[in-house]
Amino acid sequence: MSYRFLVNGAPAEVEVPGMRRLLDVLREDLALTGTKEGCGEGECGACSVILDGQVVAACLVPICQVDGRIVRTVEGLSLAVRSTDGLDALQEAFLVHGAAQCGICTPGMLMAARAYLDGGGGPDELAIREAISGNLCRCTGYTKIVDAIAAVAAHATPATPAAHTAHDARDERDARDEPA
Amino acid sequence: MTIRGMTIRTIPRPVFDPVSGALVVPAGAVVPGRAATFPLRAEGPAKLTGQAKYTDDLVFPGAWYGATIRSTDARARLVAIEPDPEADWSGVVIVTAADIPGRNVVSAMQEDQPVLVPVGGEIRHHAEPVALLAAADRETLRLLRGRVRVVTEPLEPVFDPERSDHVFAALEIREGDVDAALAAAEFVLEGEYRVGHQEQLYIEGQAMIAVPGPDGEMAVHGSMQCPYYVHKALRKALGLDARRARVIQAETGGGFGGKEEYPSIVAVHAALLALKCRRPVRMIYDRHEDLAATTKRHPAIVRHRTGVSRDGHLVALEIEVILDGGAYATVTPVVLSRGALHAGGPYRCRNVRIRGRATRTNTPPNGAFRGFGAPQTEFAIETQLNRIAEALGLSPAEIRRRNALRVGDATPTGQVLHESVAAEEVLRVAVEASGFERARERTAREAAARRGSGHVPREPLRTGDHRFARGVGLALGWHGAGFTGAGEVAMGSVASVELAEDGRIRILVGSTEMGQGTRTILPMLVARELDVAVEAVEVAPVDTAEVPDSGPTVASRTAMVVGGLCIHAARRLRGMVEARHAGMAFAEVFRADAAVHGTTRVDQRYEPLAGAASFDETTWRGEAYPAFGWAACVASVEVDLDTAEVHVQDVVAVDDVGVAIHPILCEGQVEGGTLQAVGYATIEEIKLQDGRYLNDRLATYLIPTALDAPRIHTVLVEAPFSGVPHGAKGVGELPMDVGAPAVIAAIHDAVGVWITELPATPERILAALTAAPRPGPHGDGPGPASDPSSGRGPGPASDPGAEAPR
Amino acid sequence: MPAEPPVQSPRSLAEAYALLESAVAPGASGASGAPATPATPLTPIAGGTDVMVRITGELGPIPERLLDLSRLDELTGISLEPGRLVIGARTTYHEIRRSALVREHLPALVEMAATVGAAQIQNRGTIGGNVANASPAGDSLPVLLAADASVLVGSARGERLIAAADFFVSYRRTALAPDELILAIHVPLPGGRVVRFRKVGTRRAQAISKVVLALAYRDHGAAAGWSDVRVALGSVAPVPLRVAAAEAALEGARPTPEAADRAAEALAASITPIDDVRSTADYRRIVAARILHRLIREQGGW
Repeated sequence: MSYRFLVNGAPAEVEVPGMRRLLDVLREDLALTGTKEGCGEGECGACSVILDGQVVAACLVPICQVDGRIVRTVEGLSLAVRSTDGLDALQEAFLVHGAAQCGICTPGMLMAARAYLDGGGGPDELAIREAISGNLCRCTGYTKIVDAIAAVAAHATPATPAAHTAHDARDERDARDEPA
Repeated sequence: MTIRGMTIRTIPRPVFDPVSGALVVPAGAVVPGRAATFPLRAEGPAKLTGQAKYTDDLVFPGAWYGATIRSTDARARLVAIEPDPEADWSGVVIVTAADIPGRNVVSAMQEDQPVLVPVGGEIRHHAEPVALLAAADRETLRLLRGRVRVVTEPLEPVFDPERSDHVFAALEIREGDVDAALAAAEFVLEGEYRVGHQEQLYIEGQAMIAVPGPDGEMAVHGSMQCPYYVHKALRKALGLDARRARVIQAETGGGFGGKEEYPSIVAVHAALLALKCRRPVRMIYDRHEDLAATTKRHPAIVRHRTGVSRDGHLVALEIEVILDGGAYATVTPVVLSRGALHAGGPYRCRNVRIRGRATRTNTPPNGAFRGFGAPQTEFAIETQLNRIAEALGLSPAEIRRRNALRVGDATPTGQVLHESVAAEEVLRVAVEASGFERARERTAREAAARRGSGHVPREPLRTGDHRFARGVGLALGWHGAGFTGAGEVAMGSVASVELAEDGRIRILVGSTEMGQGTRTILPMLVARELDVAVEAVEVAPVDTAEVPDSGPTVASRTAMVVGGLCIHAARRLRGMVEARHAGMAFAEVFRADAAVHGTTRVDQRYEPLAGAASFDETTWRGEAYPAFGWAACVASVEVDLDTAEVHVQDVVAVDDVGVAIHPILCEGQVEGGTLQAVGYATIEEIKLQDGRYLNDRLATYLIPTALDAPRIHTVLVEAPFSGVPHGAKGVGELPMDVGAPAVIAAIHDAVGVWITELPATPERILAALTAAPRPGPHGDGPGPASDPSSGRGPGPASDPGAEAPR
Repeated sequence: MPAEPPVQSPRSLAEAYALLESAVAPGASGASGAPATPATPLTPIAGGTDVMVRITGELGPIPERLLDLSRLDELTGISLEPGRLVIGARTTYHEIRRSALVREHLPALVEMAATVGAAQIQNRGTIGGNVANASPAGDSLPVLLAADASVLVGSARGERLIAAADFFVSYRRTALAPDELILAIHVPLPGGRVVRFRKVGTRRAQAISKVVLALAYRDHGAAAGWSDVRVALGSVAPVPLRVAAAEAALEGARPTPEAADRAAEALAASITPIDDVRSTADYRRIVAARILHRLIREQGGW
């Protein structure tokens, strides 16, 4: 069966079994290897893509359900930007803040963050952590990922960190004698 | 504090320059030798755009797919391997031990592990590789891998490391007279601590693609930390000479030790199939297989008998360490060494006896994982010390101040620490940055308010007035930098720097990038030596056909040892080039020099430091490590008193790295290592049944998500090490040593129970909270989840049934 | 790359019913005169968050044929009818969280939806899928039991309403006939009804529940006792279930400490959870009792 959909703004058409995972269609049939497989059971988020504006695990989506839909992958993030190094604001923030180490979770993490920001998500730390709670990272401890997303959410340039320092936060809480 | 002219300092956090957007060290904090700005991760843009190619992204036209047939017995005699005669095997290649052209042995310290169990041989663990299959498509492989019958005769397995009769390694570290000191001590505390398996959980699973060449060459592309380990393994199993075996590291999605030795097995398996198929073969593990079959952190039992004076000075440390090595030796002897050498903690004590042994069980072999024995033993000593502090009514910070090692002190192996000791500094910074003592006062007040409010634990089915309890805990740790003992000398690592004929400056090392920043910091060090822009220096792709063996990317040695070699090589290169252009600096002439003279390459081999003391691995005396890193950690938790769930909310992590070459990358290591330690302490658990891991899918082996993770505040301290030109000591593993005991101490601070078995799951905490009160200080305790200590001397022994008195 | 079994994507409910009917009737799918073909079970797939994991083959046999529900608009939508909330089977957790109707009339379901997986799962997973999968740990199931919900199912033979209390027959087996599809969940909305929810998992996202509980009652004012009490749990038995003894301890009572103690003890005495990879029997029993106790305490304000 033939399935037609948009990927990063461009039309794609594949003739594959309907139960082929969107992840495999992207990586093998369309040679878009930016989206990664970390577990194949929808637990790690490495395969996250944006489907009709929502972040989903591409390992859990059969291609028959993508017919006529709009898919965005990590390769599409920088297509929207005309900058010299080809990075959008979110990618730039990740780079500057040190939010990517081994990089395997990064494409999925970027897509979850992009969906969050496109949906109007703000710099609130808890909301950001919830938005990426389906994306496991083993290298970073998440701290710099949250900082990078918060910086973009605050409509700041990558230069201005939105989160203030530990010291400030703790002193403020202590002054108010509030729970941590 | 000044040691040998090198000051210990705390680095203020870099900030973003509002104009340029770059990271800069705050004005006034720039130090000689370190640039004011820091380059961005070299391979960052490729990773961020999805262009970076990890192993499964590589395309080799005509490649087949490989799969591994594994045992389902924990211990058995392998009688036969029987492909189902009803199935069509024409499109499939099968490889067994009989197909191995070289030696059927996994290259390791003790060559006790076969590449594939031979017929007639002994299966020693569940999921042990027995045969390999390759086919042109995955559907064929999926259908046929279930049609291979593995015929076995079960044998009696051993699962208890204390009952095992096979010892991989044993040792004893002795100083002074422990027995006399314990007998005379004013207070003695006993404790038993247990830690379970932990999975490295690199988000990119094990992956190798073997590509046979026309003249008997075999090239393997893959995810790995140590290309020359893989190279050696290929040579042994396939009987290849050094030139015919070739290993190329692809972009690697995390390692943490899990890709130190295991990739050699995957590579050899892929190569054996490729040899027989005469075409490339892709061996890509799915997550379930990776969880079920690959190496994990060694479980351990650590027993302490500690003697202290009434004012909290350590007088006697008696420690027993038992490691469960699993079915084969792998790196176990060195894990035991490192674990034992760190088991006494970063403290001064004249009378020490540390006895360690690592034994064999019929479970999958355990192997390297960040910390390599130290997280296990440091969890034990730190918890032991925190319990002693409680018993004596001392603050956990104060007892450490009284015992922490200082310059001039000796370790239990008799190593005198001449420099670069920052134990007191990191402790002081952690206490200040976290407001530790004030936080403890607050949690004590809150605990007092809860007492008498009719609350659990005495009524298990009821809730109390309070839903949550907060706690704060502290730990101090150390980590020997680089290999234990004579490891570096034996390794003879080489790093090369070359000025290529096209004017590129290239670093050629076998050290790998797996996210920790190798590709960014090595060019920084070389660029500084040559006085050129960092953009002018690149790291060559890690291909054994091109780069020398710089030793494995393990043991937190890359920045310190390999970085040091790169600096020396760069200095020599600079000297050579400048000698050809009198009066001119390298930066001005290197391109012209390359055009005229062609490539100039300098190879730098590791030389031991002049005058460095040696280490005797039979007596365990001498200089175990050239230097130590020091770390302190303060964890704040909130415990749900209804469910005993623990939320680690904040962690202050203070790490001495010698010199922070790139503070943002250092912070990244501290943050990542700290969260792995938090997971180790709380939710990362593997249960076993008949020697098989029950937690063998990502739905059941759980690591912290962003919602579980605390905010981690890193403070970097620098106590430079004079043995290397840049003063750096390594950062990768140090944060892993202190996170777990800090969390356990915080749990105790919140709810008054000592959890002495990791992970401290809500099930264990609830069992400890609802356990009947112990009959008395010398009585039998309830189950292992609570505190089985007995103490004598001043102060009460811990009572798990009540919240601790302050 | 896992197995890729054949799939059909009907465009209407009638077409879906016809496919299901032929799947259970041997030979019916062949042309007249063709030999009878054996029936191959047809597995419906909505959001795929459960079925796609089954296709990996790691949890049991791989579904042989799939019925893709993603084009069936008849299964979508949330609406308010007199006295009840109607939630289409294909409603995702994300849609539940965003729905003004659900937030107003069954906020416990919104709270539940926020605890399922994470964003990726919430955007795809459906309430119909959660009900059809019938896992003992299914997060929505105790809420539906506590709310006296019914499951509207349909086939070529017509539609019927099955009470949630009758729907979960045994471990992962439901009252659905092989030719039936779940169409919608009907939730009655009696006046003054309160539903509370609590889930305990190993971590704060992407966690299968260790204990999951819903408490419902009708509030008749400060002086009167609770009526129509429901206490429903998951992860403590092979099926999600209501605990009659705990309900009896609260029926007609005010939410006092004594009532809470009685209910907690009755709950702990009535359930026999197991040790498994996630938790222990003791933990589940004690924590189930405690979370019920806490919910009663919160409602009682003491």
